[in-house]
Amino acid sequence: MFRRLPDVDGTMIEVIIDGRSTRVRAGDTVAAALISAGVLASRAADVSGAPRAPYCMMGVCFECLVTVDGVGNRQGCLLPVKSGMRIDTQHGKREVGR
Amino acid sequence: MSELRDAYDVAVVGAGPAGLAAATVCARAGLATLLFDEQPAPGGQIYRSITTTPLKRATILGADYCAGTALAQNFLASGAQYVPGATVWNLTREREIGVSVAGSARLLTAGRVILATGALERPFPIPGWTLPGVMTAGAGQILLKSSGLIPEGRTVIAGCGPLLWLIAWQYLNAGARIDAILETVKGDGAASWRHAAAFATSPYLLKGLRMMLAVRRRVRVVSKVTALRAEGRDRVEAVAYRTARETEQRLPVDNLFLHQGVVPNVNLAMAAGIEHRWDDAQLCFAPALDADGGSAIPGIAIAGDGAGIAGAEAAQARGMLAGLAAVRALRPNAAVLEDVNAVRARLARFTRGRAFLDVYYQPAPQFRRPARDTLVCRCEEVTAGQIVDTVALGCTGTNQMKAFLRCGMGPCQGRECGLTVTELIAQARGVAQQEVGYYRLRPPVKPITLGELAGLPKNEAALRSVARG
Repeated sequence: MFRRLPDVDGTMIEVIIDGRSTRVRAGDTVAAALISAGVLASRAADVSGAPRAPYCMMGVCFECLVTVDGVGNRQGCLLPVKSGMRIDTQHGKREVGR
Repeated sequence: MSELRDAYDVAVVGAGPAGLAAATVCARAGLATLLFDEQPAPGGQIYRSITTTPLKRATILGADYCAGTALAQNFLASGAQYVPGATVWNLTREREIGVSVAGSARLLTAGRVILATGALERPFPIPGWTLPGVMTAGAGQILLKSSGLIPEGRTVIAGCGPLLWLIAWQYLNAGARIDAILETVKGDGAASWRHAAAFATSPYLLKGLRMMLAVRRRVRVVSKVTALRAEGRDRVEAVAYRTARETEQRLPVDNLFLHQGVVPNVNLAMAAGIEHRWDDAQLCFAPALDADGGSAIPGIAIAGDGAGIAGAEAAQARGMLAGLAAVRALRPNAAVLEDVNAVRARLARFTRGRAFLDVYYQPAPQFRRPARDTLVCRCEEVTAGQIVDTVALGCTGTNQMKAFLRCGMGPCQGRECGLTVTELIAQARGVAQQEVGYYRLRPPVKPITLGELAGLPKNEAALRSVARG
């Protein structure tokens, strides 16, 4: 659980997280946006299905893998958010073509 | 990526202090210089978001962070070509680089390559470290620097190392709540105090002491923690810990931050074929390099913490030395602003007494080689017990073990388990870590799509190699 400091620069933009329109800060990465929006788990582990969340925030751990605008397994911590971006957390088996 | 050329004088990978300094030196000397970085903005991790941070109060992150501004500005004005959001996934001995930017891949070559891929946080495998709500302390710091986010609710920081105190200090400056610091320092000081005299002259000593005192005044610190466990169902709910004196204690938490030092990020350098050796003080693999960061492969150098952990100031100096070596090799008559001897003196100053920090903050064995039921490989969910059992089946090394367990074969490519696996196998066999070695790393060192590979610009030779008849 994180909160934004009150005296922080930034304009807010709309993205769609798991189908819901959500306001996030322009300039944040996808992983930071998920955390600020209170999304607890960004994906489910491939083997056990246990919930996982961003762990390293620097491109190392791959726990923040999400589907962005239909493309699966993007590293959310390396990708800046864009207005209208569709971000889907990854649960269940992988689908062909994503 | 249309503006990329096919060949450059110098290609630098990584925009932390080492990469920025190296690229600036080369570009100023008139070399065609290119810098690739994975992040959207320069700074690496220590100066993360230095040009874009939304924090308005400089007092939160402190003066040492703000020092990165000049470094980034000098680089941006140097004439070097800067490509952010770029993932370098291959480097050959012939200095051909494979890189992806915005979903499209390219190959290019450089006369000299300087790898400045920095460090990553050492794996910290404890039971429950995969639960949401548990993240590295570095991750928490990145969220503060890049997004102005601080933890909310009950917060505990656990582990050891200088960075742990820096992050705690920055969190307190930002007004974040820290319920406790669980310090895992072994406290068997004898080995480290041998290096104390040298560290007494380190520029880091006073700064570090001041910071630790400031944190200790405001946060409960539990010392000599010998066991840690994160508990919870779908998210972390508590952290259980033990010290030598106490029975198990339990703190309810909403956020648990883990940190036990940083280690070189070896993936690209190892895949390029640069020899790495086990470092007994830093307990990690580090590359074999000359005084300017040059490796045994002609034209490929490593600068910064990827060459062995020494911190941001040393990284900047080592970046300059690697850059100056490239200038000497490619354009010996070029005028350079930097004096090699002055840079070497600066490097010596900032690495003085480093051995004290290395030994004092050496993570305890039980946090490097966890108990049997602890997950070691987060991606493929392999436990320490499973890994140790493969030794009894005849696995002598990390690579054979992979074939049994898929450990290290998930998306992180061993970054979160490699060192733990080496140490577990070494202990089970009763041999040194150097003898066990690390995973054999191969390109692509970051996952890329088949589409990106297939979309590479093709030349005559490439087409002929796959043609029938």
